[in-house]
Amino acid sequence: MVIAIAIVRTRDLLAVVMLTGIYGLLSASFFVVLDAVDVAFTEASVGAGISGLLMLTAITMTGRKEQSGRHKPFLALFVVLVTGGMLIYGTLDMPYFGAVDAPVHMHVAPRYIHDSMQEVGVPNIVTAVLGSYRAFDTLGEVAVIFTAGIGVLSLLALPRRSKQAKSDEATVEQMHERHMVLRIVSKALIPFILLFALYVQFHGDFGPGGGFQAGVIFAAAIILYTMLFGLDTAKRVFNQGLIRLLAAIGLLLYACVGVVSMLNGANFLDYDVLAEDPVAGQHLGILLIELGVGITVTSVMLIIFFSFAGRRQAQQKTAEHNGTEQQGEQDVSRTL
Amino acid sequence: MFLGLYNYWIVVLLMMIGFYIVIAHGNLIKKLVGLTIFQTSVFIFYITVGMVERGSAPILAEGISDYSNPLPHVLILTAIVVGIATTALGLALAVRIKEAYGCVEEDEIQKQDLLNEDNS
Repeated sequence: MVIAIAIVRTRDLLAVVMLTGIYGLLSASFFVVLDAVDVAFTEASVGAGISGLLMLTAITMTGRKEQSGRHKPFLALFVVLVTGGMLIYGTLDMPYFGAVDAPVHMHVAPRYIHDSMQEVGVPNIVTAVLGSYRAFDTLGEVAVIFTAGIGVLSLLALPRRSKQAKSDEATVEQMHERHMVLRIVSKALIPFILLFALYVQFHGDFGPGGGFQAGVIFAAAIILYTMLFGLDTAKRVFNQGLIRLLAAIGLLLYACVGVVSMLNGANFLDYDVLAEDPVAGQHLGILLIELGVGITVTSVMLIIFFSFAGRRQAQQKTAEHNGTEQQGEQDVSRTL
Repeated sequence: MFLGLYNYWIVVLLMMIGFYIVIAHGNLIKKLVGLTIFQTSVFIFYITVGMVERGSAPILAEGISDYSNPLPHVLILTAIVVGIATTALGLALAVRIKEAYGCVEEDEIQKQDLLNEDNS
């Protein structure tokens, strides 16, 4: 919370982004304290990793300084205080924190906790609910992520250019020479990060993890590679068209699992009919849809990152071309 | 007596900080950061609601009978990833606005809009 207040006060957006990263990590540890290990996992990889990175990339393009106070804070403060007061008044009727007999724990939760082992056969209840009981929700969410990826792509996509300008190449090479140790160590680490992502993906049934987290971690490894070896190298290694195709394939895989179970005479996304034994069918279904989720999340994160980075590079090139870029801003973006 | 509610109050405070940033600051990127804080406070709220005293993480194991409510965890888990995707969309919009207007400050954008209307 202290950090949140610091975010309000700070005008240097770079510092704000750093603080946001810390805030993400802190809320992740808070989730662990509250027994939500799956959520903490996601928040740690998203809040402390990817989101900070995206914001950094964005502020290199939009400028670092916030304009100093011409806004009128008193009206805003008043509105905020009134709303906050009303919300706190509302909490007075809430059940106490951690109460066992709170209304939330009465409705469907007992069924999930007691019956999911017989019905789905997956020890991690979160995965069971995510993949099986509420699979339709999850399908919708994957669709939202996919749509956001398309949106970013359409906003930031660049017109195709036939020739690459070579002016940047030399300076980029030089920067990489300087970070030799970093590059070699990270290169050794990347396979393990990818392996860990696969572990998270396929072990999600038994421990914390699953498609969402694995997708983000997988994307993080590739983004790390991009940061160390430059965007052009990464674009040569990872085919952009393939990534876009994969984003769609993941979502399609998910939906197709649903359609296949319909063809087998059950409801949409009812996996019982996918195999002889209902529990085995559930296992297969969850495995497949988590795979779909993982593929889509990875590729959408990569699409978003590559669009931002590509846009930034293009802006830099035109700025260098005009010869008007300020030295300070360039330094910030180079350290990225 | 009210101590049992302290967690909700932390959530409300965080929420109000995020809300304040969104309505009081002009910089679009800063607004997005505020929105992220607001979002996280809602996440914390859900997880708080799902918490059971002396409960354990909802992964079935021998010898544990009390588990936290898994449903909020599922909702928030997906919401985090959806949140980052939508934040990225917002950032992309901010980048395009910067390209079109040359700044990401709300009042300047409005000023430029007014000028354009007057001219046309």
